[in-house]
Amino acid sequence: MDFEVSEFQTELADGIRRLCEGAFPLEVIRRAESTDRVVDRGGWARLGEAGVFHLCLAEEAGGVGLGLAEAALVFEELGRALVPGPLVASHLAAGLIDGADDGSVVVGLVERPVTGAVGSGTLPVVIEHLADLDVLLVLSAEGVERLDPAALDAMPLARPMDPLTPVWSLASLPAGELVAGPDVAAWWRRDGAVLTAALQVGMAEWACDLAVEYAKGRVQFGRPIGGFQAVKHLCADMAVRVEVARCAVQAAAVTVDQPDVGDPDVAAAGAKLLADEAAVTNGRSCIQVHGGMGFTWEVPAHLAYKRARVLATQFGGDDALAEALADALASG
Amino acid sequence: MDLRYTDAEQAFRNDLRAWLETTLPGLPPKPSPDDWPGRRAYDTHWQRLLFDAGYAGVDWPVEGGGRGSSAVEELIFKEELERAHAPYVGVNFVGLLHAGPTVIAEGTPEQRSRFLPPILRGDEVWCQGFSEPNAGSDLASMRTRAVRDGDDYVVTGQKIWTSHAEVADYCELLVRTGPEDSRHRGISWLILPMDSPGVDIRPLHTIAGTTEFAELFLDEVRVPVANRVGEENDGWRVTMVTLSFERGTAFVGDLLEAVELLHATVALARRTGAWADPGVRRQAGHLKAELDALWALTKRNVSQAARTGIPGVGGTFFKLAYSETRHKLGEFSLALLDRAGLAAHDLEGIDGEGPLPAGTMVEDWLRGISLTIAAGTSQIQRNIVGERILGLPKEPQATTGRKG
Repeated sequence: MDFEVSEFQTELADGIRRLCEGAFPLEVIRRAESTDRVVDRGGWARLGEAGVFHLCLAEEAGGVGLGLAEAALVFEELGRALVPGPLVASHLAAGLIDGADDGSVVVGLVERPVTGAVGSGTLPVVIEHLADLDVLLVLSAEGVERLDPAALDAMPLARPMDPLTPVWSLASLPAGELVAGPDVAAWWRRDGAVLTAALQVGMAEWACDLAVEYAKGRVQFGRPIGGFQAVKHLCADMAVRVEVARCAVQAAAVTVDQPDVGDPDVAAAGAKLLADEAAVTNGRSCIQVHGGMGFTWEVPAHLAYKRARVLATQFGGDDALAEALADALASG
Repeated sequence: MDLRYTDAEQAFRNDLRAWLETTLPGLPPKPSPDDWPGRRAYDTHWQRLLFDAGYAGVDWPVEGGGRGSSAVEELIFKEELERAHAPYVGVNFVGLLHAGPTVIAEGTPEQRSRFLPPILRGDEVWCQGFSEPNAGSDLASMRTRAVRDGDDYVVTGQKIWTSHAEVADYCELLVRTGPEDSRHRGISWLILPMDSPGVDIRPLHTIAGTTEFAELFLDEVRVPVANRVGEENDGWRVTMVTLSFERGTAFVGDLLEAVELLHATVALARRTGAWADPGVRRQAGHLKAELDALWALTKRNVSQAARTGIPGVGGTFFKLAYSETRHKLGEFSLALLDRAGLAAHDLEGIDGEGPLPAGTMVEDWLRGISLTIAAGTSQIQRNIVGERILGLPKEPQATTGRKG
């Protein structure tokens, strides 16, 4: 047993970090704020070239043949850089949708609402990134359905919560062409939860770093505010959340690759639950540490908080995840 | 990242499991919690069994008489003992986990051959004399004085939170040998024989109703200079060295116990019907996520220690997160017991299905409170994370000791 990140894995993650610093600096991605297209096709292709989308695809299918453990490390970096766009969906679709693997085709994914589900009675369908999508896939009880995003009669929503996640709504999704069965949908939900959780961990750490940097430089009462326990302890709690969630996410990814060490579905649910919480809470704390400046649009603290809220609604909300874990307890 | 155990690790586990299966049924009945002589006899007998089977000091270096196993095998050792409900380390805690490793690292050859074998065999029991009534979080301000007189130190002062003092043979004692205001630069580490004249022990009664802690009053107690471990005034460093033996497994047994408690709590909720409440289920699910993540964090910490031999920062993260989760778990089980939790007593359920585990749960809830305090309060731990890991500015440090 050796649950330490290997040298190769560290190099892989470092490479993606450098790529993101070059292709997705924050000041550049922020230029797309509050527009309906946030995916930079050139940058997306560079992600494809680096293997972000076909990392887990078998070598004979043109992929890299690595495990979800490696993908989780890569997605942690994408999260840290706040890279916008349907990253997880495009990764899952590689091998099923031509062009998803090399980043030439942008794929979105949405869960078809279950009719009659508690609390869903009056809510329309909301889809992220519609104008950027070449293909929209829908997860449903039957499996994975394919829809033409251009053919949807969807309404763009003004003032999306996350300025880098534009959203559209429509009353209901039409039936699509079934392109994969329920078994594929099941593993997409599981791997999608793990990779989304990895994005959350990266963002949670980014928010922690931003808060710490500010707390070191901002002077009040003649001292950097990070010297005051009230602020220091906020930062310490952020760091603890990152570390605990990161271990959960990486353990879940390894469990998917090595299913003999545990139940991958349960590990994925737990990881997503804690990573959502870490990203949302750290986003909130980051704003708080920045005080009044944290409430300005200019300071990017709000971006992590808002994106975390978006990602927390994908691949199982917190209540559904907690229920899944409760089921595992009751049957275990 | 590999969560699978190697063949050698698996063989170690299998052998240990087989030994536990044959050994545990032969243990005498557990003594009552307040019967300290009985508890000493029980715990030291268990230590002797471990010693005879080659499992004493699994994580001690070979030169100290230990097995010299990897941090991963130590993790397996603790995991298997907890799963088999083997006795806890009990009164041997300070000797095995603290004083012994200190003597291995910093003791003279004479001190090693005199003090280490009896710890491993369960012949001698140790206690800890670090904290003082006025030196808790700020340990370096401690004032128990040791004045040199010929070949002895004459020690006068007061210690607190001395666990198992009543049944201990020796105490690892921190004393002030430097000037009053020398803080961490004027402390020495002594081995105090507990039967020395001038040692007075007064048991402390905890909010959990337990009596494992005591106050130690020292009135001109003579301790041979030969019992000093490390140089005079170098005791702070000696103490820090000991902490480097902590390889991220200190809470393994505790964590697995918490997992069992969660399962017992879920069983209780299903029995009372509370499981039909989504709020209850989600709280349980959330606690499962937290405990699973803490198990993963333990494996991360152990893997780092196995690779580098140096404990990472993960132990501090673990303690902060775990102590909070444990407290939440205690509150959760207490809420489910409702008014049946008003006494730490396994009262009979009216469903005819036998007693409700209120005794364990109430006791556990109370004990859980100590986790955010003992071995550095959560507030001190957050300072450590903030200052040493995140690099935030330090708290103002007193440069002189307090007077009076």
